[in-house]
Amino acid sequence: MIKISRRAMLKLDRVEMPARDPLERAACFDEVNTGLTPEEATVEAMRCLMCKTPTCIDGCPVNIQIDQFIDRVAHGDIRGAGDIIRVDSLLPAICGRVCPQESQCEGTCVLDKKHKPIAIGHLERYVADTVRRYGLEPAAEPIEPSGKSVAIIGSGPAGLACAADLVKSGHHVRVFEALHQPGGVLIYGIPEFRLPKDIVAAEIDGLRNLGVEFEMNAIIGRTITVEELLTDEGFDAIFVGVGAGLPRFLNVEGENLIGVYSANEFLTRVNLMGAYRKDTETPVLDLTGRRVVVFGGGNTAMDSARTPLRLGAGEVRVAYRRTEAEMPARDEEIEHAKEEGIIFDFLVSPVELLGNDEGWLTGVRAQRMELGEPDESGRRRPVPIEGDVFDLPADVVIVAIGNSPNPLLPATESRLEQTRWGTLAVDETTGRTTMPGVFAGGDIVTGGATVILAMGAGRIAAASINEYLETGVWEQESKPELEPAGA
Amino acid sequence: MYLIVEAESIAPDVRRIVVEAPKIAKKHQAGQFVIVRVTPNGERIPLTIAAADTEAGSITLFVQAIGRTTMLMNELETGDYLVDVAGPLGRASEIKQYGTALVVGGGVGTAIAYPIALALADAGNRVIAIIGGRTKEYVLLENELSSHGVEVLPCTDDGSYGRKGFVTEALADVIADEEVGIVFAIGPIPMMSAVAEVTRDSGIETVASLNPIMVDGTGMCGGCRVEVGGETKFACVDGPEFDAHQVDFKLLQRRNTSYRAFEAEQIDHLRSLDAEHHEQVLAPVRGACAREEAS
Ligand SMILES: Cc1cc2nc3c(=O)[nH]c(=O)nc-3n(C[C@H](O)[C@H](O)[C@H](O)COP(=O)(O)OP(=O)(O)OC[C@H]3O[C@@H](n4cnc5c(N)ncnc54)[C@H](O)[C@@H]3O)c2cc1C
Ligand SMILES: Cc1cc2nc3c(=O)[nH]c(=O)nc-3n(C[C@H](O)[C@H](O)[C@H](O)COP(=O)(O)OP(=O)(O)OC[C@H]3O[C@@H](n4cnc5c(N)ncnc54)[C@H](O)[C@@H]3O)c2cc1C
Ligand code: SF4
Ligand code: SF4
Ligand code: FES
Repeated sequence: MIKISRRAMLKLDRVEMPARDPLERAACFDEVNTGLTPEEATVEAMRCLMCKTPTCIDGCPVNIQIDQFIDRVAHGDIRGAGDIIRVDSLLPAICGRVCPQESQCEGTCVLDKKHKPIAIGHLERYVADTVRRYGLEPAAEPIEPSGKSVAIIGSGPAGLACAADLVKSGHHVRVFEALHQPGGVLIYGIPEFRLPKDIVAAEIDGLRNLGVEFEMNAIIGRTITVEELLTDEGFDAIFVGVGAGLPRFLNVEGENLIGVYSANEFLTRVNLMGAYRKDTETPVLDLTGRRVVVFGGGNTAMDSARTPLRLGAGEVRVAYRRTEAEMPARDEEIEHAKEEGIIFDFLVSPVELLGNDEGWLTGVRAQRMELGEPDESGRRRPVPIEGDVFDLPADVVIVAIGNSPNPLLPATESRLEQTRWGTLAVDETTGRTTMPGVFAGGDIVTGGATVILAMGAGRIAAASINEYLETGVWEQESKPELEPAGA
Repeated sequence: MYLIVEAESIAPDVRRIVVEAPKIAKKHQAGQFVIVRVTPNGERIPLTIAAADTEAGSITLFVQAIGRTTMLMNELETGDYLVDVAGPLGRASEIKQYGTALVVGGGVGTAIAYPIALALADAGNRVIAIIGGRTKEYVLLENELSSHGVEVLPCTDDGSYGRKGFVTEALADVIADEEVGIVFAIGPIPMMSAVAEVTRDSGIETVASLNPIMVDGTGMCGGCRVEVGGETKFACVDGPEFDAHQVDFKLLQRRNTSYRAFEAEQIDHLRSLDAEHHEQVLAPVRGACAREEAS
């Protein structure tokens, strides 16, 4: 490796992720980011200062040994880099793509202040993709069967991560999923152009090869109850990772007009049901040349805005009630959306959805807002500007203002206590719920959060399940939080 | 894949399909439904569970061919498969002592009402089923209902069988003559809406089983939104049965036309294909092929 002085390195620019041309990509579902070349990855890795106390690691929710894996990349040892990441993260190809790096690992990188932070996410993705492409994973170790079995409910990142750790501990693991395809939001929510579905499929195939069983069309609470999993089906423990899949609506007049979708419905039709492909049978409203307005400011809103473009929409606007600075979406998604021609209307809140005599949506009546005093979350609260109301024409509205925990499963098992936000009450350090033998993690516990947090929660629960299966002791380290802070 | 153990035609365009689904059979209660996918790239459609046999581990569906998915489904035979069957979904009907219970079924709605009628009878109610069809051949399940002790009043639009006229006319006569505890209305939206009008003034509790377009059936998408008493409900988890006097039927009717152009195109396309092409579409779920695939 060529030696370059630190000062020279600091002068190098942060690597840019190569991306498809905005015009080209806005017309197809191919992945936008095309991935770093080996040269780009090496140079970016060499920019890392290999800090004595790497602050980046504190920013990563699962504490990946970032300096160490980057060091391996700088040395061209991708297999080694993969081995280091694998210790802490089971889904690096996915998290490298979808983590909000700017508020996590990259946000705490020492270079963030004066220079540009190391592109940790891009490097993580590079390592994961390279490892997969060239088959650099270590051979699976023979597993000693434990004789115990665990049921995992829900096949999102929380359930998949929990399943992976448990099957490696020798337990018999069966994943129950309500839909006909596993993957949770990774499959039905996040679109192909941001997270190719073959990456998710490869993770699931990997688990199948390790012996994890998947049972689709199994709506726990309906097809089988939690109680029956423990008694009739003989599982020794259960992990609940059912996500936050209940769409919130605006609660304004006109919300049931034809042309008003929840983000969940719109994205499910397009992603899970493949409505963008010619060879599938599920419809989505014809968006060719149509005007679309999306309400919300998170990743879901960005996905709900960029997808219609790819279905031929004429104009797509995102209406958000605060300003760009408060938008919870990843920086990259906002940038990409702008490049693709999405129009942003900040400080705008809907008051009514307008329709014609046949019940079809024709427009949006909106209220201009200004930022007032900060609320409990510390963000300045948007307040209406008296009398400043205007109409926007719209053929389709997509409501992307967040999801609440789906009450279907909790409602069928009274021993699973809920918080007043409808999330499951658990002991955070162990994932133990209020029902012995049942653990939980991911969005059903935190409310809509992130893939990496869900994955982390799945692994914390797996460790705690192992302990429980070994000792048979059901003890809470701390009482489940019935009213979590900041929810 | 879910094995079809019996498939037969019971009326023009209506088939009875019995499919292996032991877990669903065990859990089923009257009024609940399943979400079915017929082919690997197919749509998810809701179908009512008409009967469940816990011993054989199977459920019975009655399917009316009205669009691409149901037309393809009705080409399936004993020994073929459905790719997906998920359920049981929705809330069960409230079965209790009502004294006299009226079940009003129109067309394939009779099949949907069938398990409710039987459950009401089993619970000790006197059950009268007013079942309608365009002509005689569309009057479904008369014998099955009467052999379970349900009094059946068939009606046809053209008078080719039973009473001539709409089910609502028969309904008006029955409620004029006797004390009725509850009315269940299941069928085309205009029929359910008309039933609600007939009973509205009498104040007789009236329940309609709504059939909005669904995707997941688990409360995740909100596509099945209906308005009941001015409030938005998700039919798949809050229903499908609601107080018919409170339902906004006009909204339901409209929302069900959302994809009309697309559906018409698909139906035309399917009709334009010859038998060989139909077989290509159905190949993955045809018995012999599907079994080969599995082995
Ligand atoms: C459109 C969209 C974009 C997003 N973008 C990002 C992003 O860029 N970066 C990021 O970090 N996060 C993003 N998120 C958030 C992230 O996807 C979630 O936080 C994460 O998927 C939660 O994982 P989970 O395993 O808890 O639940 P989920 O992924 O929701 O999976 C839960 C699974 O459980 C199943 N299930 C539910 N009920 C039952 C039942 N009763 N029985 C059986 N199965 C059941 C569901 O069908 C589902 O498959 C996004 C979310 C959405 C909706
Ligand atoms: C809870 C529930 C239970 C049901 N039970 C049964 C049943 O037991 N047997 C049965 O045959 N059908 C039942 N249906 C209706 C069935 O789901 C639809 O007929 C089916 O989805 C149509 O799909 P398709 O692709 O064949 O037709 P499409 O091409 O989708 O539609 C063709 C025509 O039917 C109309 N249509 C679309 N969706 C519906 C709908 N949900 N209901 C009525 N008309 C519709 C369209 O406007 C169009 O004119 C039920 C519906 C619900 C919501
Ligand atoms: S998992 Fe996410 S937060 Fe952690 S290092 Fe990777 S990209 Fe950063
Ligand atoms: S903080 Fe930044 S520079 Fe330091 S080790 Fe981490 S990634 Fe490298
Ligand atoms: S069908 Fe999706 S919420 Fe009812």
